[in-house]
Amino acid sequence: MNSLKLDENQLIENFEAKLAKNEMIEPKDWMPEQYRKHLIRQISQHAHSEIIGMQPEGNWITRAPSMRRKMVLLAKVQDEAGHGLYLYSAAESMGISREEMLYQLHTGAAKYSSIFNYPTLTWADMGAIGWLVDGAAIMNQVMLQRTSYGPYSRAMVRICKEESFHQRQGYEIMTVLAAGTPAQKEMAQDALNRWWWPSLMMFGPRDEESPNSAQAIKWKIKRETNDQLRQRFVNQTVPQVEKIGLIVPDKDIKWNDAKNGYDFGEINWDEFWTVVKGNGPCNKTRIAAKIKSHEEGAWVREAANAHAAKINKNKAA
Amino acid sequence: MNDSQGILWEVFIQSKPGQPHKHAGSVHAHDNEMALQNARDLYCRRNEGTNLWVVPASAIVASSPEDIGPFFEPSNDKVYRHPTFYTVPEGITHM
Repeated sequence: MNSLKLDENQLIENFEAKLAKNEMIEPKDWMPEQYRKHLIRQISQHAHSEIIGMQPEGNWITRAPSMRRKMVLLAKVQDEAGHGLYLYSAAESMGISREEMLYQLHTGAAKYSSIFNYPTLTWADMGAIGWLVDGAAIMNQVMLQRTSYGPYSRAMVRICKEESFHQRQGYEIMTVLAAGTPAQKEMAQDALNRWWWPSLMMFGPRDEESPNSAQAIKWKIKRETNDQLRQRFVNQTVPQVEKIGLIVPDKDIKWNDAKNGYDFGEINWDEFWTVVKGNGPCNKTRIAAKIKSHEEGAWVREAANAHAAKINKNKAA
Repeated sequence: MNDSQGILWEVFIQSKPGQPHKHAGSVHAHDNEMALQNARDLYCRRNEGTNLWVVPASAIVASSPEDIGPFFEPSNDKVYRHPTFYTVPEGITHM
């Protein structure tokens, strides 16, 4: 209907003007190809993280120590599945198909959050994951509620609302263990020791090592940098550790009045890159389990297709 | 190839009886019934709704963003459609 053909420069100008006014970009709006690419990568990886993230916790559903804990863990893992699906839909609105995204995940072309490549060895890990891993994810997701792409933002609003119980249930598990027998307290401390650093790594490389960040902030995909979010997470979490009588596994943790936050030690970046590049403790088993479940579900999709075809045929007849 | 994730459906939820249905998001399914069930499982895990609509995404006809000007313009110059366009004598209430 529009008779005016806008040239590329005008389109970019309009796009940037929209961002400047904090207006959302919607699926059918014109957007730079790089913006689309950046978001397809980010949203699909976010979706994959939710889906793969079901595995480390799913591992403990049958071994939860009480009916209450079991119901809660089951509900949490179901939520993660739902969150993956919201995000796949948001990515699809940019023109990539669900099948293509799954293919990328299964072949290793797409990544997911490295945190899920660590094993869950004890029940206390369910506490540490809910508290720290969901806590770090929420910090990132709260920011992403204001991301510039409409469908992504709306998925984040829904996810944040649902995740508020995830962190609390994890902290509750840790609180109870930390106040239990010496062995239980030790189990809680051990889980904290193993999950603390990988949780800090969830925010990604340091700002100066993160080339995509500046562009993402310019496009208002992200509103804050990796280091800003990581600092806020540390500031918020250290008092929670102390409150339940556990110890932050970082000898350099120290309150710094000048910056109104905690100083903390250096992350082991070699470990970070090793896991990102596919050589973490569980990378291979996670993807193998995902492919296996996909293949074992093939007959369900075939049957559903056949059933739908039959219904359509009857309707036509 | 049969390894399909089904077609895309848009989901609309009525939060309470009497309220309008509001777009909640989308879902994949192979047929009507599965679309309703998947939408319930995905968007109504916390009492979000009393009624659901699912519509194949391909059936939705949408205006395009470039039309924002010309398409909606006809209503711009009709301020007399709003009550604030009219003056009434001071002291008149219930109008």
